[in-house]
Amino acid sequence: MTRQDAGPRTGSGPGPGPGHARASRRRRGSAYPYALYLPAAVVYLVIFLVPTVMAFYFALTRWTLFDSEFVGLQNFRDFLAEQNLRIGFQNTLVYAVVTSGLKVVLGLLLGVLLTSKLKLRGFLRSVVFFPVLVSTVAVGITFSVLLKPDTGLVNQALAVVGVDGGDWLGDATTALLSVALVDVWKGVGLATVIYIAGIMSIPSEYYQAVAVDGGGAWHRFRHVTLPLSWPATYSVIILSFIGGLRSFDLIWTMTRGGPGFTSDTIASIIYKQYQAGFFGLSTAGNVLLFLIVTAIAVPLNHYLGKRQVTA
Amino acid sequence: MRALRRLGAETVALVLATVIFLVPFAFMLLTAVKDRTQATDLDFSWPTSWPVVENFLAVVEARDYVLLRAYVNSTILTVASVALIVVFASMAAFVLQRRPGKVAKLADFLVLSGLIIPPAVVPTIWLLQALGLFKTLPGLILAEVAFNLSFAMLLFRAFIAAIPRELDEAAQIDGCGGLRLFFRVIFPLLRPVTITVILTSSVAIFNDFVNPLYLLPGDENATVQVTLYNFQSQYNTQWNLLFMDIVLITIPPLLLFVFFNRKIVAGMTAGAIKG
Repeated sequence: MTRQDAGPRTGSGPGPGPGHARASRRRRGSAYPYALYLPAAVVYLVIFLVPTVMAFYFALTRWTLFDSEFVGLQNFRDFLAEQNLRIGFQNTLVYAVVTSGLKVVLGLLLGVLLTSKLKLRGFLRSVVFFPVLVSTVAVGITFSVLLKPDTGLVNQALAVVGVDGGDWLGDATTALLSVALVDVWKGVGLATVIYIAGIMSIPSEYYQAVAVDGGGAWHRFRHVTLPLSWPATYSVIILSFIGGLRSFDLIWTMTRGGPGFTSDTIASIIYKQYQAGFFGLSTAGNVLLFLIVTAIAVPLNHYLGKRQVTA
Repeated sequence: MRALRRLGAETVALVLATVIFLVPFAFMLLTAVKDRTQATDLDFSWPTSWPVVENFLAVVEARDYVLLRAYVNSTILTVASVALIVVFASMAAFVLQRRPGKVAKLADFLVLSGLIIPPAVVPTIWLLQALGLFKTLPGLILAEVAFNLSFAMLLFRAFIAAIPRELDEAAQIDGCGGLRLFFRVIFPLLRPVTITVILTSSVAIFNDFVNPLYLLPGDENATVQVTLYNFQSQYNTQWNLLFMDIVLITIPPLLLFVFFNRKIVAGMTAGAIKG
């Protein structure tokens, strides 16, 4: 996201002299009228930006859609004081860290595996990527069946190797992590194809150099693939971290935040408060989510972008 | 020895990937074609009888053909939103790429915000209600357009950057500017990226659950995802029908995947790396 903004604009070419610039700007203006922005701008501003800005006001009110009563920071106080609301913060962060961490590690491993000289490479790539395209609701329902305590396929498979699996989604200690693992199952294909694209763009000279020095597979991975696929890592972290912070579908279809409130994330709390008619409180959750996403995404983007330059 | 070990590792990787990624799909399919009693076991077994057609008809007819209506709604939603996204995003991306300056900087910032910021749901409902579009398909279509514009603009802008400006200038000399320049000269050249945008945004919008749940509640005009979600609590005893519904909903992305696998992957990775 930053790279294009930070870098020089492609395609603008060498700048003409000052006198020439004015004439050509006028000509360019007529060729590229700002009116072309208009439809996109209207929809974006009205449907996306206005609600986003208004959220900051409505978050400070007790609100019924028809009239709103200003209550100051009361909604935020509620959010931070009530245990079953506060747990959402922790869960959201845990969920985002676990899913993005696993997607980086597994995506990199699968990416390396699927760029090696494997016979069934094409088939495996398809198999790993397909879940990305399947609806999250369908995946959620299927896995809540597979994860059932006694009859579920996962526990039956674990029983074969002698492990006694518990009630994954019904137990407060495992519910959130189980959903996170399903999220990884569904999303790791995207991380993998991003890594494949990144690894394929590494010039083969680097690998030849390692071969000349007599380095083995580990050396190749540690000193060439890993550092040079950094842009892919950067994309995967940013994408999956932001996605993880915002995730709602999977949690809602698999646990609905339960048991109790133990697997609630901010997004599911927003929906629950909306259903209960606490629109102001729900919107306060939205504002908090906005603040968290920006507070994490912007520095992360900055930090990772900087490392990319030095790497 | 090395070759043997390699073969061994390959086999292990293959078996693992197949088990982990294909068994859930096999499970969906098998459960969808079982009869009601056998499906209740929810185990991974071969069906004893194959009431495929019966299950299919039962799901379609359920609750007064709600699934068919949902399919119609989802199709309208996807086609209309994607069409608007393609036209709006390509136009905007063209000016954004060709005309640097303060406006372009602002547009860049808004595109970036659109990718990061989670939409504020209840205020969106409030706004659509004020416009008389809450609980209507057009309202949902506009919302999908607004939320998916940014990603499409990224893809379009990157592609337009590779189209030489000389082309614009030649067209201008022929008296072709503005809208005509864009639609007559540039837009036809965007075909490859347009296909990519169509594919990635169709998948995203067809599979979307959150926005229909908030902005288009009610059975009458539900989309397929919301219908599936509602079936979940209703079909607690008829797992075969629930999974038949899942299979039916998985077919459209499967078809896209079979025909356009490469394009979809290319689009999603390009968006990620450029983005």
